Amino acid sequence: MREITYRQALNEALAEELARDPNVFLMGEEVAEYHGAYKVSQGLLERFGPKRIIDTPISENGFAGLGIGAAMTGLRPIIEFMTFSFSLVAFDQVVNNAPNMFMMSGGQFNIPITFRGPNGPAHQLGATHSHATECLFANAPGLKVCTPATPRDAKGLLKTAVRDDNPVLVLEAELLYSSKGMVEPPDEELLIPLGQAEVKREGSDVSIICYAQTVPLALTVAAQLEEEDISAEIVDLRSIKPLDEEAIYKSVSKTHRVVIVEQDRPFCGVGAEVCYRIQKNIFDELDAPVIRVSQEDVPMPYNEKLEKFVLPNADKLMSAVKKVCYA
Amino acid sequence: MHRPEQRDEVEMLAMMLLIRRFEERASQQYQAQKIGGFCHLYIGQEAVVVGAVAAVREDDYIITAYRDHGHALARGTSANACMAELFGKATGCTQGLGGSMHFFDKKHHMYGGHAIVGAHVPLAAGLAFASKYREEDRVTLCFFGDGAINQGSFHEALNLIALYKLPVILICENNLFAMGTSVKRSTSLKQIVDRAEGYDIPGDIVDGMNFREVRDKVAEVAASIRKDSHPAFLEVRTYRYRGHSMSDPASYRTKDELEKYRLDDPIIRLRAQLTREGKLTNEQFDALDKKAKQAALESVKFAEQSPELPVEDVYKYSYAEGNKS
Repeated sequence: MREITYRQALNEALAEELARDPNVFLMGEEVAEYHGAYKVSQGLLERFGPKRIIDTPISENGFAGLGIGAAMTGLRPIIEFMTFSFSLVAFDQVVNNAPNMFMMSGGQFNIPITFRGPNGPAHQLGATHSHATECLFANAPGLKVCTPATPRDAKGLLKTAVRDDNPVLVLEAELLYSSKGMVEPPDEELLIPLGQAEVKREGSDVSIICYAQTVPLALTVAAQLEEEDISAEIVDLRSIKPLDEEAIYKSVSKTHRVVIVEQDRPFCGVGAEVCYRIQKNIFDELDAPVIRVSQEDVPMPYNEKLEKFVLPNADKLMSAVKKVCYA
Repeated sequence: MHRPEQRDEVEMLAMMLLIRRFEERASQQYQAQKIGGFCHLYIGQEAVVVGAVAAVREDDYIITAYRDHGHALARGTSANACMAELFGKATGCTQGLGGSMHFFDKKHHMYGGHAIVGAHVPLAAGLAFASKYREEDRVTLCFFGDGAINQGSFHEALNLIALYKLPVILICENNLFAMGTSVKRSTSLKQIVDRAEGYDIPGDIVDGMNFREVRDKVAEVAASIRKDSHPAFLEVRTYRYRGHSMSDPASYRTKDELEKYRLDDPIIRLRAQLTREGKLTNEQFDALDKKAKQAALESVKFAEQSPELPVEDVYKYSYAEGNKS
């Protein structure tokens, strides 16, 4: 194991999959000559050439659809959205074409495509550039959605996504590109299955269910809680769809108390689905009502103080945990 | 692999008749409530797809919008599989899962049947991109209506297609109406083909009621594309005799206008050409028509007698490996 950044981990995943399979190509805005708006595709043009690392004009709907058409013939496109906030202009392609093709062609055409790019609120980007899109896409049957929070998960999930025979969205955490973590060396194949959560920290008093940018937040809060003798277990979903229900139930059956901390908005958010499934399937395990910590239900303001108020934060999570623990 | 120029014109006339008679039966079965959802008929436009398909190879990709029954039939999907699809049966060309607007036939390189206007033009770019990526000389035929040319996805796709020099023939089936809105009321251009000029794609206007003109123009363009990959745009002027869909009485146009086009019918035209040249007798034509009517009627029987998929099969088609999430 060696320590690399989240950005490097994604770059390694791309390079390894491009080297492994000639059907894989990377397409998107600024991915080639500019090396990616977030430098995730650094060096790939030089190594794989312009046939496989392809710059596009600003036409998300167009190149997302191009990728889907190419995937109908068996190619395995990786389509980068500069941010998933921009995927909304390609929404028709991503939710109406990619996931429906297999059903409406009677099983003749599957779409082995990966859509990837940064997702979720960052710092003061304003209402149009701060979308957490996971709940929008997870709503569409036929799509798979994963949300890596660490360099290791980013690499392992992206590689798995590229090899999947279905459309997979890899929602990268915009604020975590420079974060570091331990990852297996390149000569050890790292594949992390979709639909497999991971306990990032063991605990006994409360389960904090989180994903993407709320994972480091939950870990920080867990350390603070320990000083107050509250032992928090951190369950990182890693994939939103398929959802690892067993991992959730296992943790909740141990702690009997749950806080879900999510980076998206509260109405029909990821936490609403997780909460529903917990109460439906393991109601008797609960010693307190489930609490969700999410964004406020408003468009994102630009002002720094107001933005902080809207986002989930340590104070909100701390008080939610204390509430479910009656502490 | 057959050579396009060898496609027999009498066979092509038979195909146009099959599409016509199939659609008439579909209309009747829709009214009898055997067919659900939406049903958009192709009657009047047969020479467009039959002419285009006659001009290309069997392994060339074709993709179209929701008025797609003729495209599947012309490509070789059986009338039985098409009618069974309309009936929602397991023997349909997508097992009853796609319906009228989503005919697919991988074996015949028919890439659908797409029902969001303009949304399949980027897919066509992808099919052509794949041919170029693999260094194959396939051509992609992308059919769409005059209504698609004002949609954003169409414009984005045309720019990408031109920019990457993709081997696509963009075939605009201009039947003068986007649902009930005439081209004059929807489009700022004097003629649709001018859309291509804006993207530096060579364009041409073709008489879509004339099988031979469509075939020859598509063949010429396809040959040029195979030599050196590039796109082309054909505005094919045609007319649909029926409403936009089965629920549309088409009261936005006059009887005189419809009559004018009926007199210029693509089937009558090709028949007259062949008869004049001594290649077809009246008896032979009648026999072809009888055969088409019979095939259409038999497809109804086949569809009626076919089974439906069991309900538990709905879970098999969300993901390619058949898992549920």
